[in-house]
Amino acid sequence: MNVRTPTIERADRAPLSRDELAALVAGDIPRGSYVNLGIGQPTKVSDHLDPDAGVTLHTENGMLGMGPYASGDEIDRDLVNAGKIPVTELPGASYFHHADSFAMMRGGHLDFCVLGAYQVSVGGDLANWHTGAPDAVPAVGGAMDLATGARSVLVMMSLFAKDGTAKLVPECTYPLTGLGCVSRVYTEYAVFEIGQPGVAVRETYGCTVDDLRDWLPIELTHPRRP
Amino acid sequence: MIDLVDDPDQAVSGIADGATVLVGGFGAAGMPYALLDALLRQGASDLTVVNNNAGNGTTGIAALLAAGRVRKVICSFPRQHDSYVFDELYRAGKVELEVVPQGNLAERIRAAGAGIGGFFTPTGYGTPLAEGKESREIDGRHYVLEYPIKSDVALVAAHRADRSGNLVYRKTARNFGPIMAAAADLTVVQVARVVDTGDLDPEAVVTPGIYVDRVVVAEPALEELPA
Repeated sequence: MNVRTPTIERADRAPLSRDELAALVAGDIPRGSYVNLGIGQPTKVSDHLDPDAGVTLHTENGMLGMGPYASGDEIDRDLVNAGKIPVTELPGASYFHHADSFAMMRGGHLDFCVLGAYQVSVGGDLANWHTGAPDAVPAVGGAMDLATGARSVLVMMSLFAKDGTAKLVPECTYPLTGLGCVSRVYTEYAVFEIGQPGVAVRETYGCTVDDLRDWLPIELTHPRRP
Repeated sequence: MIDLVDDPDQAVSGIADGATVLVGGFGAAGMPYALLDALLRQGASDLTVVNNNAGNGTTGIAALLAAGRVRKVICSFPRQHDSYVFDELYRAGKVELEVVPQGNLAERIRAAGAGIGGFFTPTGYGTPLAEGKESREIDGRHYVLEYPIKSDVALVAAHRADRSGNLVYRKTARNFGPIMAAAADLTVVQVARVVDTGDLDPEAVVTPGIYVDRVVVAEPALEELPA
């Protein structure tokens, strides 16, 4: 999925806010897609999906056609999303058991999933389930199934960890979630296409490609400016 | 034929120490709280509990954990904002944990009910959760061999049963119910109401009664549910 079109550099603006990032991801999801939004930041994407765009949301606990969060009288103990938050159902919704829910994912029927990440490698490896810290309680949920099963895996993350290290890396050092599965990475500074070969920058926000090249420990496929 | 029993205590009678117990539910949706409360009173220990999570708050699975009845938890996501009972036991080395990717967990339960001896799944290949497991390349893709989760008992909450044991569920409370009901030697179901045989639309039955052994009417006590 490498882009050959020229990179759009938007150096004269601020990096994307979380809402702007979610809106950007939402705008890239084609009409009619079946989509799973991971817990956390990716959930925000649903706020920016046009209700008329015909995008159907999948939740891995067994539903297609998930609607917005429930409030007040809409709250139903039996209707929750993968984060166990009460949600609503849209016309055309359907329910199914857990094995069917993951079979439709693993079977390649889901067009997109949007996940958070600790690290993504230049080869599209994803690490998002375990920091590897010895005292951490390991918990994977559906992350590996989504990473392996969805036809396109989109990652939304900050470009840098809290300690300032880049999260787009030559090789993941955190335990892996999936191999070669990520196709695009959305960060506050840039959108990266993970392709063969290498990582291309689709657009930047508040920096230039050369800034990214200085900041990141990876090769970018764009030629350096003369 | 099913046993329509009078109370949850009868429903869980005979569950042995050391049993592997599949527990339906995803959060509060479909969680068989009345059966779990009864299992706590019944006293079986050294249990292996299979659920998506490892208990919330102090009720249900967390109560069994707190009482020292659980030797091992098989789940996909133990870490919750209110999984403090499990977290403490795990960090103290007092409970075993097998973390399984959620879809592999579901498929391993499904396989047990479907008589499948094992299956190759792409999920987890190349990750720490596939370490030590047989893998195979099939048609250019890598797969990991996973085995069914054999179990003694399934505790499931459904919406309605008829007197033949046919079950329907409500919304996302269905989650693990149908595959767990099929997978265990003894399937115990709590429902909000039992209707006469013939009163459920056969086209709408999700779990056929062949998978169900005991049914008890137990409306979940909403005030006891975690927020």
